Amino acid sequence: MSEQAIIKKFMYVNRKSPYGTIYALESLEVVLITAAFDQDVSLVFTDDGVYQLMKNQNTEGIGMKNFSATYSALGDYEVKKVYIDKESLEERGLSLSDLQELVWEDEDEDYAEKSLINLVSRSELSEIMNNQDVVLSF
Amino acid sequence: MSMLHTVNKSPFENSTVLSCISLCSKNSSILFIEDAVISVMKSTKFTDVINNSLKDFKIYALKPDLEARGLSLDNVIEGVKVVGYEEFVDLTTEHDSVQSWL
Repeated sequence: MSEQAIIKKFMYVNRKSPYGTIYALESLEVVLITAAFDQDVSLVFTDDGVYQLMKNQNTEGIGMKNFSATYSALGDYEVKKVYIDKESLEERGLSLSDLQELVWEDEDEDYAEKSLINLVSRSELSEIMNNQDVVLSF
Repeated sequence: MSMLHTVNKSPFENSTVLSCISLCSKNSSILFIEDAVISVMKSTKFTDVINNSLKDFKIYALKPDLEARGLSLDNVIEGVKVVGYEEFVDLTTEHDSVQSWL
């Protein structure tokens, strides 16, 4: 009997700003671990979680590690579903241009870089969330 | 008596920033640190509250915490003073007491 690999749909919901708490960093680490086990991973940035992807983070002054560059590894880990809540950006006066770009390389198309980021409304997000097997909150 | 209020939580996360503003007296000051620095950015839903508060008391935001979060100093509401750790120390000594909001 052959063993069938079980692939579940995991969603990680990031709702906190980076550095104020450890949640953002812990979430990123767990996401990369789950992705390494070939699971179906979705990553959501909503509420203050959208600040995690801000460009130009400089943590020299607060003496903490700047982990924002690590998000660019998501594509290499085959995490291709990143959802950003449009309303959360708007109520913070932010737009996608304030956030870092996240891409993956499509080897079927001569390693063309494609964006991982999907800007979604709350109602779209609600539907995507509803289709998950496991939702983890950070 | 003057009091320095420090707040460290995002205004989007809980109501501490708003409670602090409503309880701050006219000769006192508020210093936003850690995630609370989000409060002083332009174009958020809290911008009007901060603008109105600036008529009544001084508002400060800690620069290293803005920089860490990639929040541009150019987008800080006019009238809010951006300070470093040394000025944080000065503020604590210039006021009669410090209230550190949780």
